[in-house]
Amino acid sequence: MSDHRYPHEPTGIETRKLGMWIFLSTEILFFGTLITTYLIFKGRTFDGIKLKEVYDIPFTSVSSFVLLMSSLTMVLAHNAIEKSDQERANIWLLATASLGTVFLAGQIYEFTEFYHKGFTLTVNIYGSTFYVLTGFHGAHVFIGVILLVILWGVGRRQEGLSLDGGMNLEFIALYWHFVDIVWVVLFTVVYLI
Amino acid sequence: MSETIQEKKLLTVFKRPSSSEGIWSWITTVDHKRIGIMYGYAAFFFFLIGGLEALLLRIQLARPENNFLSAAEYSAMFTMHGTTMVFLAIMPISAAFFNYLLPLQIGARDVAFPRLNALSYWIWIFGGLFLYSTFIFGTAGAPEGGYLAEEIGWLGNAPSGGWFGYQPNASIKYSPGTAMDYWAVGLQILGISSLISAFNFITTILNMRAKGMRLMRMPVFTWMIFATAFLLAFSVPIIAIALFFVTFDRQFGTTFFLVEGGGDPVLWQHLFWLFGHPEVYILILPAFGIVSEVLPTFSRKPLFGYAAIVFAGFGIAFIGFGVWAHHMFASSISPVAQAGFGISTMIIAVPTGVKIFNWLGTIWGGKLNLKTPMLFALGFIAMFVIGGLSGVTHSVVPADTQQTDTYYIVAHLHYVLFGGAMFGIFAGLYYWFPKVWGKMYNEKLGQLHFWLMIIGFNLTFGPMHWLGLKGQIRRTWVYAEETNLGFWNMISTIGSFIIALSIIVFMANWAYSRRKGPVAPMDPWDARTIEWTVPSPTPVWNFSTPPEVENLDDFWHKKYGEDSEGRAVRKDTADQLLVDLEEDGLNPKEHIKLPNPSYFPFILALGLPLLGYAVIYKSVALAGVGLVLFLIGGFGWALEPIEEETIENSSTASESVGHE
Repeated sequence: MSDHRYPHEPTGIETRKLGMWIFLSTEILFFGTLITTYLIFKGRTFDGIKLKEVYDIPFTSVSSFVLLMSSLTMVLAHNAIEKSDQERANIWLLATASLGTVFLAGQIYEFTEFYHKGFTLTVNIYGSTFYVLTGFHGAHVFIGVILLVILWGVGRRQEGLSLDGGMNLEFIALYWHFVDIVWVVLFTVVYLI
Repeated sequence: MSETIQEKKLLTVFKRPSSSEGIWSWITTVDHKRIGIMYGYAAFFFFLIGGLEALLLRIQLARPENNFLSAAEYSAMFTMHGTTMVFLAIMPISAAFFNYLLPLQIGARDVAFPRLNALSYWIWIFGGLFLYSTFIFGTAGAPEGGYLAEEIGWLGNAPSGGWFGYQPNASIKYSPGTAMDYWAVGLQILGISSLISAFNFITTILNMRAKGMRLMRMPVFTWMIFATAFLLAFSVPIIAIALFFVTFDRQFGTTFFLVEGGGDPVLWQHLFWLFGHPEVYILILPAFGIVSEVLPTFSRKPLFGYAAIVFAGFGIAFIGFGVWAHHMFASSISPVAQAGFGISTMIIAVPTGVKIFNWLGTIWGGKLNLKTPMLFALGFIAMFVIGGLSGVTHSVVPADTQQTDTYYIVAHLHYVLFGGAMFGIFAGLYYWFPKVWGKMYNEKLGQLHFWLMIIGFNLTFGPMHWLGLKGQIRRTWVYAEETNLGFWNMISTIGSFIIALSIIVFMANWAYSRRKGPVAPMDPWDARTIEWTVPSPTPVWNFSTPPEVENLDDFWHKKYGEDSEGRAVRKDTADQLLVDLEEDGLNPKEHIKLPNPSYFPFILALGLPLLGYAVIYKSVALAGVGLVLFLIGGFGWALEPIEEETIENSSTASESVGHE
């Protein structure tokens, strides 16, 4: 690693990983604010169509399952690098990105369906919070997919991936798992409760 | 064999910039010192603009029934004044100190993520320019029953909903035109910059400390950076989401904050102040840190109660999240909430008071050296105490509902943010001037600056206390002749011009001393912390050998010992130590690898204002260009080769540190 980091990481955590942890702690505030707003408005009375009248729980469950599986493939990629099996790591990495893309496609399909059924962004305050909340999460998945593709590119160009140093798999995996966990919370709060 | 060839090809595709002089060296720099300097200059520029806006406001208020500004222009000016001073002046000047000093104070070569640091700077500057482009591209629009279009004028084409952007006043119905969108999107961009620097600084403090630099040996200023960074990390996301909602309300027809659509304007106030009150501490804690460095040095005593100051700082940061609704006593919150927030507002005065007593304990019995930084630090304590005490009066809810939206509040907030934060910042600017430029400022001009400023400041804001108690309403562009408020308003306006004069003195001193001032020694103040163990001006590599720390105030302990009665005595070796340190600092014995410059922070940041314009004008083309820049920046960033810049010849290197 470059020498400008000579002060040997007193916390014992790799610096990029530590930075990601702190970034994720701010992300909790982002989603926390959105979920709070959602819950505040959910309890109020409003006119117009509601999410319950349009959603399709089995469909969303499947796409949630896809996203959760992407966490599994992420772990498998991590595992492969630990065993320095670069080829397998690349496969699992692309699998993760693909599963993320499938989830995104599902969300786009879902949004379009809702929209055609009259549950639009401006139909009522509930619609607004729903789209901003789940859309914000979707944007995170999108950024995650881009990060995975960049990571894959880095691996191609730099004789393989590593778990520390440079653009490494470890801290991107952290981000990816976080986004998945947030979805578990959102799915529960928005669809199931 | 083929692998090495491929690697070489890569380097030519993504070559890292190498110039060390000229404009490109500044655009591509990732050196925390250069970034700090750029922050400082740009923020001071915005500080001047914010000051000019304030002068316009004061001219308008100098006489009753004045017609220097129209109502629309006045609203635009106070909105831009507040927004500028908070987001484009005080926060980034603090960031300038953070950038320059943090690695030096903890003994590191740079921050944890040098490129992210550059990114944060460029996003900030583009965010600021984006916000100010409202004067060129923005329109205020004339709402029904509001201003007349002809009253708006050139100055009026700026956001006019206040720096707090209360809803529904800032909604599309009452603030038509695009100006308020510039505000919402501009703050969003500035927030991204703050977040990036926040987690960069937290990581730096946790992971980049030199050997022996335990947490409880860190300088207080570093501790306050730490607290400020946490405040930023946990409060900016809240305002970011709230601004999302505003942008959706204004651009896409949602009704998050509009009653007619089932939304809730008070929710905006909660979200805004849940950010806004920690923000107050984001503005003041860096000044606390600076003053905690200046006072011991110029009192020739250790800081009284180091641990108490550190924990009080975190106490303030923590309780700071629990007092936000005292900004909202006049809104529809319940009596129970009012009582609760009144009590928490009283409680937060306790750690603040602890700090005040620690500072007084520090100067108590010290040999005071009344140089300009010390004068500003003492002025800081006095002014901040006044502002703090008037602040505690706001915790009394019935009194506060009388004071709300009067000039009493304006007086209070300027005593803490100008008398507090800005005085602290000026103390720091003079204190570290020799370290940054290698020159000494002019002491006489510095003292003139201080006396003009403290007189002008008290003339400007002191009378506002009684103007407010007599009932002058803030954010109103005229007052009637019969109110008899004219005299003190005139005094206040005169005071504001004295402040302006003092700033001119400051600028003259700065410009002259930076070039022609006497050469500064390495340790002009006989200081205590390790940033003074490097030569002045700081070499690009900071420390030629990684420092090792054994004590709190390590540098001081290297220079001083104790006699049999426990008094500090300068060691015989101290003078030789300084000579050796300077010699070593200028001539590193080994290769020093520094983080490489990079184009991509600039490119990545450039995408953001374009995305901002795309949102306001709903332009797919602009969004496309912005996104492309963003992606080029992102991919380029990740795929950049890690190519180390080595410095072997110290003479060429020290030229490039001249910052000219």
